[in-house]
Order: sequence, then structure tokens, then C-alpha cells
Amino acid sequence: MIGELLRAGVLLAAATVFAGGVLYLVRQHADRIDYHAFVAGAPSTRSVSGILQSAAHGHSEAIIEVGLLLLILTPIARVAVAMVGFLLERDRLYAMVSLIVLVILAFSLMHAT
Amino acid sequence: MTALEFTIVVWALSALAGFLGALTGLGGGVVVVPALTLALGVDIKFAIGASLVSVIATSSGAAAAYVREGYSNIRIGMFLEIATTLGAIAGAFLAGRVSTHALAIVFGLMLLQAAYQSFKGLADRGANAESDSLSKRLRLGGSYPVDGKRQSYGVRNVPGGFAMMFGAGTLSGLLGIGSGAVKVIAMDRIMRIPFKVSTTTSNFMIGVTAAASAGLYLSRGYIDPRVAMPVMLGVLIGALLGAKVLVNARVKTLRIVFGVVILALALEMILNGATGKI
Repeated sequence: MIGELLRAGVLLAAATVFAGGVLYLVRQHADRIDYHAFVAGAPSTRSVSGILQSAAHGHSEAIIEVGLLLLILTPIARVAVAMVGFLLERDRLYAMVSLIVLVILAFSLMHAT
Repeated sequence: MTALEFTIVVWALSALAGFLGALTGLGGGVVVVPALTLALGVDIKFAIGASLVSVIATSSGAAAAYVREGYSNIRIGMFLEIATTLGAIAGAFLAGRVSTHALAIVFGLMLLQAAYQSFKGLADRGANAESDSLSKRLRLGGSYPVDGKRQSYGVRNVPGGFAMMFGAGTLSGLLGIGSGAVKVIAMDRIMRIPFKVSTTTSNFMIGVTAAASAGLYLSRGYIDPRVAMPVMLGVLIGALLGAKVLVNARVKTLRIVFGVVILALALEMILNGATGKI
């Protein structure tokens, strides 16, 4: 069951990234690109709310980022599902272990809000 | 170069990386970062951001199969993930403080280690039947399919494994890689877990570890959608093909070829990092 969830999540994420990618190339295929020097993108590309808003407006790069966010969610979802599984098995120790991992993951994600 | 040309080239390189990664188990990330920085002059921060994305993609894609077949041990994976995710956050914070030159050199050193592993090959140590007391209390032991039957195994040296997992996580957060090789060594050599359980559990853990640094990478802008997009799509397709070919492939030859390629990349990265070209 966990396996199916992961596969579905990756497929959905990949489809979204692909859609955003096609849109991006259709519009900007002739852009001169230069990734030589690292410059952080606009704040709206670096926060979940910014990305969602941008995507709603049809910005191709934001749509790609929505796909990337979905992808990042798949392993997090897996931990959450495992935790539920442990709870159902009355395995308190491992439900706790999974919860700790989720908290650590949440801490990291909080930086992107 | 235009966006279209860049996308196509990166997609192709990533597909190759994913293909090799699926065949050798050494991860697409180790090829993606040097390919982007050395061949295309992409800043290493964008490269590690894209690489991290590809790590999650292949992990989630492949792990589905292993969990189903009853090899990976979720308790071991989950417990050790406390160490790897903490390490990943530490590594991600370090990545922000370390210069690109230093990052390139550290990456090159990591590649040297990977090349060494590739040449040496990771042999099955033989499952250890007894868990030590801590492992028993944590119920880490399990069983896995061997020739149609389920063979039980125990686990030892949890503190040692935990410490090494923290290191693996830090490398992952710092360099945008999966650190699968380090995880397998920690489980196979230090904790005496059967090789096939180690590799499949490691695969399942890699994605979670990478997700732990993803939030930080995203907030800092390391993950540029225009770079990550072809990398993610390429690696997925490459890994899918690689998994299909794996059955018939002569893995030993591949490991040697892969090892040589990685060695060359390692030296280039260290050289470029040291002379300031990266």
C-alpha cells in the first residue's frame, strides 16, 4: 500500500513538472540561460505560498515548483503512513520514532513558508 | 546556450546518470552534480539543488518495489532516519556557510570514496543471526526472503550505525546526494544487517533524508525549477530503463567502468575547486 502511494505521488509530481516544463519551453525556449553565478531567485519562488500563488497565475516555473513540492511530499507522506501503521499495530515506540522524524522534516519545511 | 538546448542536454545527461545509478546502486546524484558544474558551468549551488530533487525522485520510485517484496526493514529505516534527517539539516546549514570552492573539493573527495567502493564492490558479509540487547529492545531484527523461504536476522551495534547515519545525512545535506553507499556500509558492515536488506532499506531512507534538506534548499533558492526540471525527468526515465536492464547486465563490468568515470570526475572537481574554477 505504501508502495502504491509512493509511485502515484512520483507520477503526479513528474506529470506536473513535465506540464510546467512544456509550458516554460513553449514560452521561453529561446531565452539565453546563464547559471554561472548563484543568485537566489525572487522570494515568491522560495516559499510554498509564493509558489502556489504564482502557479495559480499560470507562471510555468511556479508550476514546475508545485511538481517539485509534490515530489518532496512523497517521502514525508511515507513516514506519516508508516506512523499510522505503527499506531494501528499498537506499536507505541515506533509510532513515536516516526513522529520524531516527522517533526524534524516539518522543521525543515517550515523554512520554506 | 538557449533554454531549450540547456534543457535537452541536461535531460540527456540526467537520463544517463539515472541509468548508471539504477545499475550500480551508486546514485544519480554523484554524476548529476559534476555533469552540471564541469560540463555546463552551472554554479554548484544550483547543481546540488537539482541533484537533491533527483535523489528523492529515484528513491520514491524504486522504494515502491522493495517494500512490496519484503526486503526493507521499516523499523531499522525509521529509527536510523532520526540520525540521517538531523544530519541532513546540519549539512544543509553547512552548505550555506561553506564556499563553492570548498564544496567542490569536498564533493570530489566524496567521489574518490565512491570510486573506491565501486572498484572494491560491496560483498555480502553473511547475516548475523543474533541481535544484541539494544537491538532486541528496539525490535530491529527481522526476516527476508532467501530462496523462497524467510531467513531471520539480527542487528548489532546500533550506536555505531546511528553515528555513521548522522554522517551520511550531513553529506546528503551538504552535497545534495543520497549517501546511499554510506548508509549501506553502516548497515551492512557496522550493524551486520544482510546486504539485500541494507540496500533496499537504504533506498527507502535516501528519499526521507533528502526531503529533510529540501525545505532549506528551497528557501535559499538552490532549487531552480529550470535546472531541476530536466534533471528530475531525465533521472526518472534513466532509472526506469536501468532497472529493466539490470536483470541482464554484467554488474561487475559496469562497476569498473563507473568507478573509472567517477574517479576522473573526482579529480576534475578537486582540481577545479582548488584552482577556483568552480
